[in-house]
Amino acid sequence: MAHKDVLGQWGESVAAEYLVTEGYRVIDRRWRCARGEIDLIAQREGLLAFVEVKTRRSLKFGHPLEAITPAKFSRLRILAGEWCRSVSHTNGLIRIDAIGIVGDGVSVLSLDHRVGVIA
Amino acid sequence: MSIGRTRAIALNGVSGTIVDIEVDIASGLPAMVLVGLPDASLGEAKDRVRSALTNSGFTVPPNRVTVNLSPASLPKQGSGFDLGIALAVLAGSGVVPAESVAQCVHLGELALDGRVRPVSGVLPAVVAARESGAQSVMVPWGNRAEAELVPGIRVLPVASLRQGAALHGAEVGEHNIEPLVPSPTTAAPVDDRDLSDVVGQPEVVEALIVAAAGGHHTFMLGSPGAGKTMLAERLVSILPELSPEHALEVTSVASLSTLAAVDTLITRPPFEAPHHTATAVSIIGGGSGVIRPGAVSRASRGVLFLDEAPEFSPAVLDALRQPLESGVIAIHRARQVAQFPAHLQLVLAANPCPCGNAGDPSAECTCTPDRRRRYLGRLSGPILDRIDIHIPVRRVTRARFLDPGEPRITTAEARARVVDARAAAHSRWGESRPPANDLRAGRYRLDRRSVAPLDSALDRGALSMRGYDRALRIAWTIADLAGASSPTLDHVGRALYLRQGVTT
Repeated sequence: MAHKDVLGQWGESVAAEYLVTEGYRVIDRRWRCARGEIDLIAQREGLLAFVEVKTRRSLKFGHPLEAITPAKFSRLRILAGEWCRSVSHTNGLIRIDAIGIVGDGVSVLSLDHRVGVIA
Repeated sequence: MSIGRTRAIALNGVSGTIVDIEVDIASGLPAMVLVGLPDASLGEAKDRVRSALTNSGFTVPPNRVTVNLSPASLPKQGSGFDLGIALAVLAGSGVVPAESVAQCVHLGELALDGRVRPVSGVLPAVVAARESGAQSVMVPWGNRAEAELVPGIRVLPVASLRQGAALHGAEVGEHNIEPLVPSPTTAAPVDDRDLSDVVGQPEVVEALIVAAAGGHHTFMLGSPGAGKTMLAERLVSILPELSPEHALEVTSVASLSTLAAVDTLITRPPFEAPHHTATAVSIIGGGSGVIRPGAVSRASRGVLFLDEAPEFSPAVLDALRQPLESGVIAIHRARQVAQFPAHLQLVLAANPCPCGNAGDPSAECTCTPDRRRRYLGRLSGPILDRIDIHIPVRRVTRARFLDPGEPRITTAEARARVVDARAAAHSRWGESRPPANDLRAGRYRLDRRSVAPLDSALDRGALSMRGYDRALRIAWTIADLAGASSPTLDHVGRALYLRQGVTT
């Protein structure tokens, strides 16, 4: 596995643990379809959150959340719809979140949870 | 989450409006959104601000940064908002004391390395800031001389964004940076044209002095080479210095028209001589996006000289009518109206016919009568009617320029006479000249014997009512030049001659 993917997977587990401590239930991880991948899908009080996780080792090349471009965001919107269709989730609130993590694969330097982002 | 505020100026014509810059740093994906009707160059501010912040050693908040320019419905142009936006972002993220930033007005474009670039129109913007009651204004280092021309407001010149932040009390380290300066103004050429260069035309020089003293619009008609252009260039040199108020107005227009440095108040009346291919927009002002002043505004408080006047497009000439009457020009666009000063003295010059020889005893005119009539017919009646003084300029004969006994008036002497005459007119009438009715039949009515030449010209139909009033005004100017308390028969006679010297 490539180096960056190891870091990415570590970041996703950190994000999942964080969501659990915040009272969320993680119901899916790295859900894939033909159009792409959703990192985390979490649920709390009937609200469904599709979470994109970005991890970086340092802030040298900017904040991890800066990597989520408007194009990336619109793909997330489509993927969220795809997931809902695949599990026949037809009502209830959904939301798109972003979590930015700075860390080296062992310890977390910072974790930013942005709730209900818009591009 | 956190809000940063400050103020900047949106210019519209030579008047400015205070614009509140609000910056909201909110949760969300990192992005900078600029709202409030920015134009293209202002819309790019977010990229300049981001780079300038980073390269100045500040961190751009990794949040959703919304920048609002209020009033949101007012169209805004230009890059002068960069400095304000950057400092409001810093105030919103708590790097710079918000209180200090909110009270100051900021002007300046940011370079990507964080230095502050000079912008145009600083002078009218600083005037607007002062009118709005602001105590201090932060300007680019390169514009400091221009900003300091405005009294009554504290000017804070800054070379870089870091320096600006430091002036507001932010803890930033020591740093030295070379300020960006505008391209230097080309030094105004020393005007060595003197009125005494004009030889053999004493009556024309005298008419020119009357025009300068009364600010009368003038029309010179004469053969090619008779000296019309030479005379017009010397008219501006015999006008008095601008008053401080007018100097600020003239410099404001100059500041809007150029990107070069404006570092001193312009104290001499401007002189504009557009080529006859000029378009209406270039003369009146206009343009897409930013409305820019035209030649009439650049010549405000000075002289607008239209050489070869019949060659100008009739639409351009007729567009001058309204500013000549009102002294201001309002340019209307769908989204905005801009007002510029247009308090100019118009000087027209023309040949008598296309070949230029009509009326010259030493040369033969080859034009048909119809061509001749059409040539000057391009100057519409309404425009010519607004011209007070009509001067025929004849070719100088050898006998006249060889005459050593002929007195020559220098520019300095002529200007002194003009200054005295204007002072006399000012002490009698104050700031505004009295309405025509007062001159004709009211307080300043002259006795019947003195105005006899005018009355008979009016009775004969040789003079319109407007022409009558104009001739009366010229008579008062001539009396002021002569040091008389009111015009005599002789003054009125000369006024009538100046008004009717050219029969077209």
